[in-house]
Amino acid sequence: MPTFLDNSWFRNIYCNLVENDSARCASGGWFGDGILPNNLAWLAYTVAAFVICFAILNALLGSVIVYIWAWRRVFARFQRRSGPNRWGPFGMLTTVADAIKTMFKEDVVPAEADRLIFNIAPVLMVVPVFMVFAVIPFGAGTFFVDLNVGILFIIAVTSGSVLAVVMAAYGSANRVAIFSGMRSVALLMSYEIPMAISVIGAVMVAGSLSLGRIVEAQDVPFIIVMPLGFLVFAICALAESNQTPFDIAEAESELGSGYLNDYSSMKFGMFYLAEFAAGIAAAAIITTVFLSGWRGWWPIPSQFWFFGKMGAVLFGMMWIRFTWPRLRPDQVMGLAWKGLFELTLINLLSTGIMVAVFADEEAPGDLFSANELWIMAAVNWVVFVVSIWAIGKVLAPKPYRAAMLEAPVQLYPVGVDEMPAVKAAGAAD
Amino acid sequence: MIGFGLIKGMRVTMRNFLRSPVTEQYPDRRVSPIEAAKMAGLNPVAFAIRKPAEAFKAATGMTSVPVKVKQTPRFRGNEFAWYEERCTGCASCAKYCPLGIIKIVTHPGGIDVQEGESYAIDVFDIDIGRCMFCGLCVEACPYDALHMGSQFERSSYVRADLVITVDQLKANMKRPSSWFRPQFEGMKYSPFEDKAMPEHKDAGRHEKPLPGQLTEKWVKER
Amino acid sequence: MTLQTEPISINFGPQHPSTHGVFRMRVTFDGELIVDVEPVFGYLHRGSEKLAEERTYTQVVTLTDRMDYVASMTNNQAYILSVEKLAGIVPEPRGVWLRMIAAELQRIASHLVATGFLIQDLGALGTPLMYAMREREKILDLFEMMCGARITNSYLRPGGVFADAPDYFWQALRQFMDDIPGQVDEMEELLGSSEIILQRTKSVAVLKPGDMVNAGITGPMLRAGGVDWDLRHRNSYDYYDRVQFDRPLHHASDNFARYWVRIQEMRESIKIVEQCIKAIEPGPVRPKSVPFLVRPPKGDSYVGIECPKGELGFYLVSDGGVSPYRCHVRAPSLMNLTLLKEMLVGTYMADMFVSFGSTDINMGEVDR
Repeated sequence: MPTFLDNSWFRNIYCNLVENDSARCASGGWFGDGILPNNLAWLAYTVAAFVICFAILNALLGSVIVYIWAWRRVFARFQRRSGPNRWGPFGMLTTVADAIKTMFKEDVVPAEADRLIFNIAPVLMVVPVFMVFAVIPFGAGTFFVDLNVGILFIIAVTSGSVLAVVMAAYGSANRVAIFSGMRSVALLMSYEIPMAISVIGAVMVAGSLSLGRIVEAQDVPFIIVMPLGFLVFAICALAESNQTPFDIAEAESELGSGYLNDYSSMKFGMFYLAEFAAGIAAAAIITTVFLSGWRGWWPIPSQFWFFGKMGAVLFGMMWIRFTWPRLRPDQVMGLAWKGLFELTLINLLSTGIMVAVFADEEAPGDLFSANELWIMAAVNWVVFVVSIWAIGKVLAPKPYRAAMLEAPVQLYPVGVDEMPAVKAAGAAD
Repeated sequence: MIGFGLIKGMRVTMRNFLRSPVTEQYPDRRVSPIEAAKMAGLNPVAFAIRKPAEAFKAATGMTSVPVKVKQTPRFRGNEFAWYEERCTGCASCAKYCPLGIIKIVTHPGGIDVQEGESYAIDVFDIDIGRCMFCGLCVEACPYDALHMGSQFERSSYVRADLVITVDQLKANMKRPSSWFRPQFEGMKYSPFEDKAMPEHKDAGRHEKPLPGQLTEKWVKER
Repeated sequence: MTLQTEPISINFGPQHPSTHGVFRMRVTFDGELIVDVEPVFGYLHRGSEKLAEERTYTQVVTLTDRMDYVASMTNNQAYILSVEKLAGIVPEPRGVWLRMIAAELQRIASHLVATGFLIQDLGALGTPLMYAMREREKILDLFEMMCGARITNSYLRPGGVFADAPDYFWQALRQFMDDIPGQVDEMEELLGSSEIILQRTKSVAVLKPGDMVNAGITGPMLRAGGVDWDLRHRNSYDYYDRVQFDRPLHHASDNFARYWVRIQEMRESIKIVEQCIKAIEPGPVRPKSVPFLVRPPKGDSYVGIECPKGELGFYLVSDGGVSPYRCHVRAPSLMNLTLLKEMLVGTYMADMFVSFGSTDINMGEVDR
C-alpha cells in the first residue's frame, strides 16, 4: 500500500466498517483480497482520495465562512458595536450573502494587465493554503495523511504564496501594487528563516518532522517547554498570514489594498478566502506544534480539543489584530533580523543542549518523559525572560535626546508687541 | 521592558470587549430571548413551552422590534409644520432662505385676520431636496406660522417628490419642532409623544389679541 | 554591473482612503523613500467666500458650518466674533459662556477625530477610531440638544447664541463631563505607551519651529514644536481671560508630539468647560437690539480665534449693506499644509499618511 494512504481515514473506514476486521487492518495485508482485483487498486485509491479531498475542502470552505462571521462579530464587540445581526441567526448568513454577491460582480481585468499571470495569481494564492491542511492531524486518527516530513512540507508549501502575491502585483500593471509586491517578498523572505528555525526546537525534542509524532511528544505542551520558540513562531505566523501588525503588503491606509487593487469579483473573493484560510492554517499549525494538538483529557473527544485550542489561538490573533497598529516595512525587517533571528538561535541553542543532555543513547527513538520536559521548561523560561529583556533593550524605541528636551522654549513674537514671560506647562518626554 | 505598552493596549480593548455594545439599531432592534418573553407577558420557561416557534426565533436572535430613534425636541425635521391660520403670506421665510428654495404665491383675502389683513396662500413650495435645514425661515417667520418638523424619513427615487407643496403642508401631521420656538419648551411639549399637537392658537409666541386690544393698540400707535 | 534604477512617481488621491477628503499628492519615490511631494488641492472648492458676498450676515453662519465640518461650532464662533467687531455688537454674557462651552466641546470632538484618524493611518483596524467616534457621538448628542443639529449647527448668532440651552442639556453635559476624563485616559492608555506607535511616530516628520512660524503654521502643530502660541491666551477673545488653563507644549515637533499635544489639550478643554459651567449665570443669550438683518457700518474687521486646527480668522469688509462686501477666511488647514513637502521628503512611504494625518487638516476648510 502506498505510504500516503497509510494510517488514513480510508483504511480505518475500510477495515473497521466494511470488513469489520481490525486485526487484518493492522497487519497491512488487507487490500489484496478485497472487493477489487489487484490491478484496479488505483481506482480505489483515486475514488477515496477524491472523496476525502472533497470532504476536507468543503469543511475548510465552510469553516472560512464561519470564521469570517466570527471575525466580524468579535471585531464589532472589540469596538463595542453589535456587528452583523440582520440576516439569519445572529447574522450568520451575512457572509454567505457576501460570497454570493462577490461571485456575481463584474470581473474587471485592467487593459494593460498581463492576463495570464493576472488570472493565475488567485489560484496560486489559494492552493498552498489548502495544501497545509493535508498534513494537520485534527484529532486522534483524524487526518488526511501523516507525512514523515510534515513540518518541512508546510514550510515549503506556504512560501509559495509569495509567488502569487508577486504575480498579482506584476500582472495588474499597477505601481501601487508593485510596491506591495516588493514589500511582501521582503517580508516573507525575512520571516521564513526565523519561522523555520523556531520549529527546529520542537522537531529536536520530538525527534521527528512528522506532525503526528510532534503531537505525541507533547506530554507537556511545547508552549511551556520552549516559550521562545512559540513566541517567534507565533509572530512569524502572523507575518506570513499578512495580519496586523505585519500587513504591510495590503497596507490599507497607504496602498489602498496593495496587490488586490485591481482584482474584482471572484478573483478578489479567492484572495479574501486565502487570507482567512491562511489565518485558520496558522492557528492550526500553532495548535499542533506548540499547544499539543488534539491531546486533552478523557471525556471530551480529541477533535473538540483541537478545534477549541484552534479557536483560542484565532481569538488571540484577532485580539492582536484589532488592537495594534502596523509597523513600518523597515521596522518589520528589523524585527525579523535584529530580534526574532537572535531569539530563535538562543532557543535552538538552549533546547539543543538539553536534548543532548537528556537523550537516551540506548533507545534513540524514545520520546522524552514529562519530567524531563518540565526540567527543560524551567531552564527555557529563565532563558526566555533574560533574552527578551536583552533583545528589548536593543529594539526599544529610542527616547528623545536629552539635548532636545532641555532646549529652552523658543518664543517667536508674532503680532504682539510685548512678549509676556511664559512658563512651559507640562512638557513630557 | 518592551512589550508592556502593547499588552496595556490589549487590556484596554479586552475591557471594551466585555462591555455591552453601544450600537443604536434602527429601524428595528434584535431582542434577546428573555426580553422577547417579557414582551409576550410570560416568564422564559413558559414562553418556551407555550410558544415554541417564537421562542426558537428569539433564541436564534431573529426576533426584532421596531425602535424610535432618540431625538431631541429641537431636532430640525424635514416635514415643515405650517399653520395656515397664522400665516399672513408675508413671504419672510422665502426671503430669508439662504438657498432661495421657498416659493410663495398669494392673493389678497386671507382667513385669519390678526394684525391687519392677511393673504391667502396659493403656492407654498419648499424644495427640501436642496434644503440644508438651517431653520432660518423658521427664525424669520414673524407670526410663528412655519415650524421645523420632527421627522427625518423621506427618501425618494424622484427629485420631484422632495418638493413639499401647500396641500402637503396643510395635510401634514402638525408635529412642530421646538427649534427657535421657546414657547414649546415652556409648554413641556415634545413632538415625539403621541399627544395632541398644539393648536394653531397655541403655536404663537404671544397671545392672540382680542379685537378690543387690537383697536387699542392701533389707536395708541398712531 | 550596476542596476539602473529610476524614481517612481505615484498619484495619491483625489480618491484615496487616507487623504482625509479629496486631496491629491503627486509623490516621487526612490524605493520607499520619498524624494518629492507635490500637493494638489481644490477638488472641494465650493466658493464659500464668494457665496458669502450674496448672503446676509446671519445667513453666512450656515456657510461657515460647512467649511470645517468636523468643527463647525468654532467656525461659527470665528465668524460671529468678526461680525460683532464689525458691527460693534456687545454680546450678552450668558451667550458668550454658552458659545465657549460649545467651542470647547467642539475642540474635544475635533481632537478625538484627529487622534482616531492618526491611529487609523498608522494601520490599526479602526478600534481606536471607533472609541474616539463613540465619544464624539456623545458630544454631537449634546449639540443636538442645544441646537437641533449634530454637525451643521448654525447655533451662534451675532450677539450670542440663538437660544438658551434647555434644562436637559445641563444634565446631559454633567453626565458627559463626569465620563469624558476617564475616556481620554483610556485613549492614552491604549495609544500612549504602545511601542509600535512610539516607534512609528517618534522623530518622524520633524519640523523646525522657526520654519513653522515663517510658514504661518498655528495650532497644535506649532505647540508641538515648543512655540507657546495659543490665541485663547495671547489675545483672548470671548471670556477666555476669565478661565484658567494650561497650554501643553512639546519640544520634539514630530508626529508623536502632535498626538501628545492633542491629547493634553482635550484635558485642558475639559477643565475650561468645567469652569464655564461654574461661571455661567442666568440671563438673556442675545441682545434684543440686534436685528435679524445686521447692517454694520462701513469698515473692515479681522478676528482670529484658536480653532482646533489653528488660527481661524474671518476678514470681513462692509460697505454698509446687509451682506459683506468681501469675506476672506484664513483657514488653518490650508496654512498647515504649506510645509507638507518639508515634512515628507526624506521619510518613508508608510509614514507619508501618518505625517499628513498628524497635521489634522480638513479638506472642506482647505478648499472652502
